[in-house]
Amino acid sequence: MFELFAFGDTGWGDEILRGLAVTVQLAIVTLPLGLALGFVVASASMSKLRALRFMGVGYTTVMRGLPEILTLFVVYNGVGLLLNIVMQKLNPEAPPSDFSPFAAGVIALGMVVGAFAAEVLRGAFQSLDRGQIEAGRAVGMTEGQIFRRIKLPQVWRFALPGLGNLWINMLKDTALVSVIALDDLMRMTKVAVGVTKKPFTFYLAACLLYWAMCVFSEVVLARMERHASRGVRRAS
Amino acid sequence: MTQAEIILQAEDIHKSFGSFEVLKGISLEARNHDVISILGSSGSGKSTLLRCLNFLEIPTSGKVSVHGQQIQVKNGKPGNPRQIEGLRTRLGMVFQQFNLWTHRTALENVMEGPIQVKRESRSEARDKAEALLARVGLADRMHMYPTQLSGGQQQRVAIARALAMEPDAILFDEPTSALDPELVGEVLKVMQDLAAEGRTMIVVTHEMGFAREVSSEVIFLHQGRIAEQGPPDEIFTHPRNEVFERFIANTR
Ligand SMILES: Nc1ncnc2c1ncn2[C@@H]1O[C@H](COP(=O)(O)OP(=O)(O)O)[C@@H](O)[C@H]1O
Ligand SMILES: [Mg+2]
Repeated sequence: MFELFAFGDTGWGDEILRGLAVTVQLAIVTLPLGLALGFVVASASMSKLRALRFMGVGYTTVMRGLPEILTLFVVYNGVGLLLNIVMQKLNPEAPPSDFSPFAAGVIALGMVVGAFAAEVLRGAFQSLDRGQIEAGRAVGMTEGQIFRRIKLPQVWRFALPGLGNLWINMLKDTALVSVIALDDLMRMTKVAVGVTKKPFTFYLAACLLYWAMCVFSEVVLARMERHASRGVRRAS
Repeated sequence: MTQAEIILQAEDIHKSFGSFEVLKGISLEARNHDVISILGSSGSGKSTLLRCLNFLEIPTSGKVSVHGQQIQVKNGKPGNPRQIEGLRTRLGMVFQQFNLWTHRTALENVMEGPIQVKRESRSEARDKAEALLARVGLADRMHMYPTQLSGGQQQRVAIARALAMEPDAILFDEPTSALDPELVGEVLKVMQDLAAEGRTMIVVTHEMGFAREVSSEVIFLHQGRIAEQGPPDEIFTHPRNEVFERFIANTR
């Protein structure tokens, strides 16, 4: 049993750990991009300009209606193709290159997270208390100061539980990226199963690792939520 | 007797929401140490008038000047935002719903304006905030968050927050209307002390006792116009306006 997970040529321990590292990297790189996109889309959908609102709402609606795996294929194949066309134009000698599965994963997952984060953030912005914003104006704060000092901390507080859920979902969705041949935890597990014919052992190991990441995230998120909502009665 | 200098002057303020004209040309003047009570039945435009004075509501037209610095509005277009922000730092405001920042302690609420807007140092702002909170009787509540305070305590923090900006005048919009009856007194007491030390105040209120005893002038709004105006001992004993006469008869 233990030799199955040994490091080196004989066991799968190092392969699976490397897969785990890829999964974690993918999630960690995707998060800020997804959040930034979420902010942009949320601002667009709350804009005074109709065209921007239309684009913002349109984006979330489209993305939420697409299966994640389809988004991934579209990004991987579509963007890959586009990239090759551009490269050929710039330098006709260049050999056709493959679009990195990691980059495709980051972009696709980022687009999905962005759409859902936009909804969470929009909800949070809309539950801001107008009176507290007026209190900021009344002491002479600029709109920028009001954004940084009043809106943002409170939006953070309102949005954190929803964003935490998104993070955990995304952590699990990274497994989808194994279908475009990124050597993440899921794919390394499958390879190990294929070679050793021990599905139960390896899938169980993968389950435990995904589960450990989620539990760890939940513990950290709970601490962050406690900090963000200091001074606020729990609405339970 | 020489007249005190004019602190705040509003000229011909009009305000419409859509086609509904709430304020139909209001002018008022607050001199140093004045305490002006604004009375009127619900919906008569008292809050709107107060909010036009610090441009939380942009008047449709009119002019407001504070200590000579003036902002004129035509067709609902205010001047530049810097000017409005400058005027607001000179006018404190206390809201009916307190509007404390819930993510900050009492002390942080009071320090915020001086640090962010007046660029005071943290230690300077903290010393001042502690002194102000002590003054409104909250020395032992400084590190509590608004939700941990009673309504009366929150409103006193809000008053300290306004005072921390060292404003030329303070606007109060029904500061005791959201309070449980037993908490009204502690807030009125603070306001009375402020009046006694010569603060310039404009107070929208339903507290007839405050209007009669503390204010130096009373303005009665009716249907978007000033229907009665004068020192309280004069107009309460000899009301000239019928509506005002009925108003004080009803509130006795
Ligand atoms: N933002 C707004 N939009 C539309 N109507 C408003 C708005 N604010 C106030 N009003 C209307 O203006 C009138 C005066 O309101 P307000 O100034 O709050 O009265 P008061 O403070 O004397 O009770 C009311 O009829 C109210 O419905
Ligand atoms: Mg009102």
